Amino acid sequence: MTSLAFRASITAALLLAVPALAQDGGFTPSNPECIAPAAAGGGWDFTCRQVGKTMQDLELVPGTVQVTNMAGGGGGVAYAEVVNKRNDSNDTFVAASTATTTRLAQGAYPGNTMDQVRWLGSVGADYGVIAVAADSEMETLPDLMDAIKSDPTSISIGGGSAVGGWDHLKVLIAADKAGIEDLRQIKYVAFDGGGEAVTQLLGGSLQAFTGDASEAKGFVDSGDIKVLAVLAPERLDGDFADFETAKEQGIDAVGANWRGFYAPGGISEEAYEYWVGAIEETYASEEWKQVMAQNGLAPLDLSGEEFNQFVADNIQEIQEISKEIGLIQ
Amino acid sequence: MEALSSLADGFSVAFTLQNLFLAFVGCFLGTIIGALPGLGPSNGVAILIPLAFTLGLPATPAIILLTSVYYGAMYGGRISSILLNIPGDEPAMMTTLDGYPMAMKGHAGEALAISGIASFIGSFVATWGLVFLAPVLVAIALLFGPAEYFALYVLAFATLGGLSAKNQAKSALAAAIGLGIAMIGVDGQTGVPRFSFGEVHLYDGIDFLVAIVGLFAVSEVFLFLEHRGERSGPGEDKVKITGRIMPPVSMLKDTAGATGRGTMIGFVAGVLPGAGASLGSFLAYAFEKKWSDKDKSFGTGNPKGIAAPEAGNNASAGGALVPMLALGVPGSGTTAVLLAMLLALNITPGPLLFTQNADVVWGLIAALFIGNVMLLIMNLPLIALFARVLLIPVRYLMPAVAMISFVSVYGISGSTFDITMVVLFGVLGWFLRKIEVPTVPVVLGILLGNAMEVNLRREMTISNGDLWALIDSPISIVLWLLAIGGFVFPIVMGQIRKKPAGISATEKEMADPD
Repeated sequence: MTSLAFRASITAALLLAVPALAQDGGFTPSNPECIAPAAAGGGWDFTCRQVGKTMQDLELVPGTVQVTNMAGGGGGVAYAEVVNKRNDSNDTFVAASTATTTRLAQGAYPGNTMDQVRWLGSVGADYGVIAVAADSEMETLPDLMDAIKSDPTSISIGGGSAVGGWDHLKVLIAADKAGIEDLRQIKYVAFDGGGEAVTQLLGGSLQAFTGDASEAKGFVDSGDIKVLAVLAPERLDGDFADFETAKEQGIDAVGANWRGFYAPGGISEEAYEYWVGAIEETYASEEWKQVMAQNGLAPLDLSGEEFNQFVADNIQEIQEISKEIGLIQ
Repeated sequence: MEALSSLADGFSVAFTLQNLFLAFVGCFLGTIIGALPGLGPSNGVAILIPLAFTLGLPATPAIILLTSVYYGAMYGGRISSILLNIPGDEPAMMTTLDGYPMAMKGHAGEALAISGIASFIGSFVATWGLVFLAPVLVAIALLFGPAEYFALYVLAFATLGGLSAKNQAKSALAAAIGLGIAMIGVDGQTGVPRFSFGEVHLYDGIDFLVAIVGLFAVSEVFLFLEHRGERSGPGEDKVKITGRIMPPVSMLKDTAGATGRGTMIGFVAGVLPGAGASLGSFLAYAFEKKWSDKDKSFGTGNPKGIAAPEAGNNASAGGALVPMLALGVPGSGTTAVLLAMLLALNITPGPLLFTQNADVVWGLIAALFIGNVMLLIMNLPLIALFARVLLIPVRYLMPAVAMISFVSVYGISGSTFDITMVVLFGVLGWFLRKIEVPTVPVVLGILLGNAMEVNLRREMTISNGDLWALIDSPISIVLWLLAIGGFVFPIVMGQIRKKPAGISATEKEMADPD
């Protein structure tokens, strides 16, 4: 599992530390189970484990939340399993993130669509950043975009996801808003995780880095890299407040790597309400706020129908960009 | 020295009853996890993370437990390599080449002891390297861009032909099969799935573990079935444990050089985030073979062929902690899991870790020293016990091997698809063994092929397709020269040697280890 899942898991783990679940609606799961669509130790796995443990500690669920690892296909194996074999399992919820919607949008879960499951809610988001080495001449996001416009071959941008993955798409979203016409000219180099990409940035192989705010934090503190822009609607809190948003610099681009959950499509209305409520309460807890603050997770508090709409918009945006670079037809 | 006083502080953190107990538990579980085919260090650490959470351990004890498992698994992997010809994890694969033949000759005890001592020295030196050299090493790691990594992998493949005792063409064929298998899955540089036939399970590619368990463990079971227990198999009844448990001092002296060279190579490979333990033990073995295989006894149970890769893989485990702690960049699957754990404990590895969380870092380093000594003390007396595995009749041993293999593979991915793949690889392994094609290069092809391709593609993207960029730095030029030398030299030497002796190189070779 590379960066996306890895980061997702950490974030998710943190996010999941939130407790509390309302017991209204009359439904109580008998064997609550969180499916992590990746191997143990990956990002989705951490999300499931920490959320599960929190729910357990807060006695939101009876007994323990069992974590099931279902690795494969970047989450596709778990998605297919939930759709085909567990469609009416009221006790199951599954970790998801931007990696899930990216693959859904690009048809990388063959035969599956977002309508086949019920989207429960989000527990936070890690906003994208675009950074350069500390000694780079570039100071702002428009500087970088101008450099790309004048000679696209001179700028290599590295990130932790595959081509067409979220780290790549974030750059393209920003470039699109900055008025770059041929997005295919932008040179994106895929690495196994954001850390490896930052190392290559420091080593001089790359000119810019695209990743999540939490990934960049340590290197900003040490003075090795500087963040040109954070792709958030407004400034982030706490340690991240110094990063200028892209919007402030005239490029209206937002890229959030959200963390959340879905449930099987055929669950009962009571069960759906129950899990939506459980995740809301987890998000609202003090413990969760602390986890978010420590890990650079920004608020993203969506649940139920609202979250469903968010996921649909997310998928549509990814599809448009993916078509533009020729990744899908 | 500042590092030494920090280390002393670290020992005061690590020397509590609870931490020592956790280190002991971690070393013990790690050794077992490492020895079981299919379960390696990364799974071992991942499996124990929930335990650390459940126990509510604070950061330092939790990380002590997990790194002890990590070191323990690096030790344990060699046990099944030597006794069963089945590597317990990827980096222990090279140890099968000489370890198993040595055990078959009745020297299982000595093979285990030599490898245990080499493992100890490898990790001991690497941990000191971590203490004193971390900042310098980070600077070196930064010099490695995609072009340098590509040259490093070319070097690995160039020396691969020399591995097989019998037939270089067959080694090359095996490596090509491995490279082909490595191509399966979504290609990160374009986002397009290759050779996956719309099968979601293949999108992530073939897991090394699946390949190793299939090619080594399951094919062993097939061979046993084929002969209905008459012959072959690890528990072959003619094998006696005639050798002593402790190797003679002369053997230790003999392997000291191999251990030292293996340690250096392994440590450097570990420090480079794009390389890792498997490459480390492979290069250590390949180099040692070139360096000291005067009588062509590598592959037939030469103790140096055990000492070098074992020192190499344990040294790289220590080396891999350098980029993980100092850069937040995992150099291996295991360090990736450890990194995730650190982040969950609210410790951010990176340039500031050594100043911001000095107690955690130095406590961890002290724990590594403690764990390492513990492992040596724990492992040596157990050798007699381990070696008795060879006395178990094959008809009991083989079903157990099959069961453990399937359970561990299923336990990791929870997927029956992977079980099917293991069986298919078992059939492939059985077939390759029948036609005497070595299986080790297949796994090396899978392990290293992806990394080699990906780095070439990265460099080509960055340089806009300019091939000269591949030899644009002193490091890559040196690596290329070594690679060319390593490839051409044995061929030329073979020709020169052949003429006067009048014997073909093939005839001189000893039996294939398989």
